[in-house]
Amino acid sequence: MKGTLGRAFATPWIWSFVGALAVWLAAVFFTGGYGAGGMLTAALSLAVFTVVVGVGQMFVITLGPGNVDLSLPANIGLASAVAMTVMAGDDGRILLGLAAALACGLAIGAANYLLIWALRIPPIIATLSASFVIQSIDISYGRGLQIKPPPGFADFTNIQVLGIPILAVLTVLFTVGAGLALQRTIFGRSVLAIGQNMRAARLAGIRVNRVRFATYALSGTLGGIDGALLAGYFRGANVDIGNEYLLASIAVVVIGGTSVAGGKANVPGLWGAALFLVLLLTMLNTFGVSAGVRLVLTGLIIVAVITAAGGAEAAR
Amino acid sequence: MSASGVAAKEVSRVLGRGSTPRLLRALLPALSLALVLLAISYLNPRAISYFGFTLMLNLAVPIALATIAQMFVIAGNDLDLSIGAFVGFVGCVTATWLRETPLLGTLVLLGCIATYAGLGALIYLRNLPSIVVTLGMSFVWQGLAILLLPKPGGKAPGWLLATMSFKPPLIPFPILAAAVIAALAYVGLMRTSYGAILRGSGGNAVAIGRAGWSLLKAKMVLFACTGVFGVLSGLALIGITTSADANIGNGYTLLSIAGVILGGGEFVGGRVSPIGAVIGALTLALAASPLLTFMHIPPDWQVAANGATLIVVLAARVLISRKEAER
Repeated sequence: MKGTLGRAFATPWIWSFVGALAVWLAAVFFTGGYGAGGMLTAALSLAVFTVVVGVGQMFVITLGPGNVDLSLPANIGLASAVAMTVMAGDDGRILLGLAAALACGLAIGAANYLLIWALRIPPIIATLSASFVIQSIDISYGRGLQIKPPPGFADFTNIQVLGIPILAVLTVLFTVGAGLALQRTIFGRSVLAIGQNMRAARLAGIRVNRVRFATYALSGTLGGIDGALLAGYFRGANVDIGNEYLLASIAVVVIGGTSVAGGKANVPGLWGAALFLVLLLTMLNTFGVSAGVRLVLTGLIIVAVITAAGGAEAAR
Repeated sequence: MSASGVAAKEVSRVLGRGSTPRLLRALLPALSLALVLLAISYLNPRAISYFGFTLMLNLAVPIALATIAQMFVIAGNDLDLSIGAFVGFVGCVTATWLRETPLLGTLVLLGCIATYAGLGALIYLRNLPSIVVTLGMSFVWQGLAILLLPKPGGKAPGWLLATMSFKPPLIPFPILAAAVIAALAYVGLMRTSYGAILRGSGGNAVAIGRAGWSLLKAKMVLFACTGVFGVLSGLALIGITTSADANIGNGYTLLSIAGVILGGGEFVGGRVSPIGAVIGALTLALAASPLLTFMHIPPDWQVAANGATLIVVLAARVLISRKEAER
């Protein structure tokens, strides 16, 4: 294991942390050092939501080409509404609301795979059709829903110890678990094997359908829990609350060093990429640019980063 | 040119070989459109008239153009998640620069098409996932649109308004336009030898490359075609709505993908159908709004209707394919 450190620096995901550091330094330099810590705290709080769905999306993308979960934004929107309705602003019902959001996400994930399996259609189309339907359910169910999260839950999603959000600490633990699950459990190894070669995996005796089902269910569940947490953090559910997580979830996976061709995943890179994206927005905000310029720059930087990171793949 | 001749012959041979499930599969898009039309005529017979179609299918023209745009990218095994934002940006350019300073407007629109060709080159040369690149680009187009037109407004050029409100005798304009679009894309992609190369670059890139064709050029041409039809879609949209808004095209990304798939396109292997795609776009345009209105279903469920249409048609396709496999 002598070469581990050297290999770590050769992997593309290390650059996501370097990028995050660079944009943070640029922002701090611009403000003259003012609010440097606050920026990090805010970035950690917001990165959590991207990392949670990013983990789900990463497992799905690792299944191989064409596997992607486009239903996450709709899923997050619906789960946020379900969680807030079930909690009904009552501290005693927090766990019940979380369970409802989990169940909602799990059901969506299961429905996604049911479509993929029964109709034998590409996952992109299956999750897309599902997201149309989910979006409508959410619009119809969540219209004018103005239920505040229970005070205890809202506080929990905002709590900080020494400037570090508790939610971020929990999410770090969760990602460590996800990393172990990916590399050290039969499920994770099966996902990687299917991504490398589905036929070989099937011939090797892996129950491909069962593993794929579990992966989509996992992605859906994480979308559900993310919806509940977002509703707590932003103090209310919203149909559009998950919209930005379509690009964000895919972008953090790819920038984080997971192969789009499948079979190769990277968990630490998710954090680097999520922090990079959030700090990028923070930096552009401190520069005081208009919404249009911010969008253009975000898009261009994402394309530039993908172009730079995609080099290793092209050389193969 | 012998390689292209062989490829074209191969295509016509495959197309010519007709077994029943295969034929059924090819007719599926038309059957679903007929079904939706039947339902509409049952619910509201008066809608099946010259004016009924002109009204119901008005917005189908830009959708059909966006669907054809998406089809070119899908033919090359890619996906364009930025087409909606792009149509929106084109719309904003049309309602401002193209009317006030036509030369600048034209140059910008041509630049957009060149940008698309450049994206194709970038995606090919660096072997990038098109989903992520185009998602990033959707932010760029959206941002540019907001910079150009921060508030909804602007005005369509007079010639564009005149074109879109053209009332041909007997056949309603949207149907005529859809037929022209379908014919144009069909001839270009399915009936020319270079069209076969373009589809081949999606079906078997290695083979096309070995035969001496430039895959880089094929990818650039496919993306440029997407740009061209995206621009046309934006123009048509503004010709109908008369003014623009930065978010005006946002729904088109998903609609265009759904239209291509409904029309019999596949995600891999360069299997697309231009005529089917246009029919798919018409089906979606009819099923999403007029049909629901006639059935007294609230507009909340419009998006769901698109999803449900997609699921039902794909389910039918699976049944047919299963029959095909049994033979």
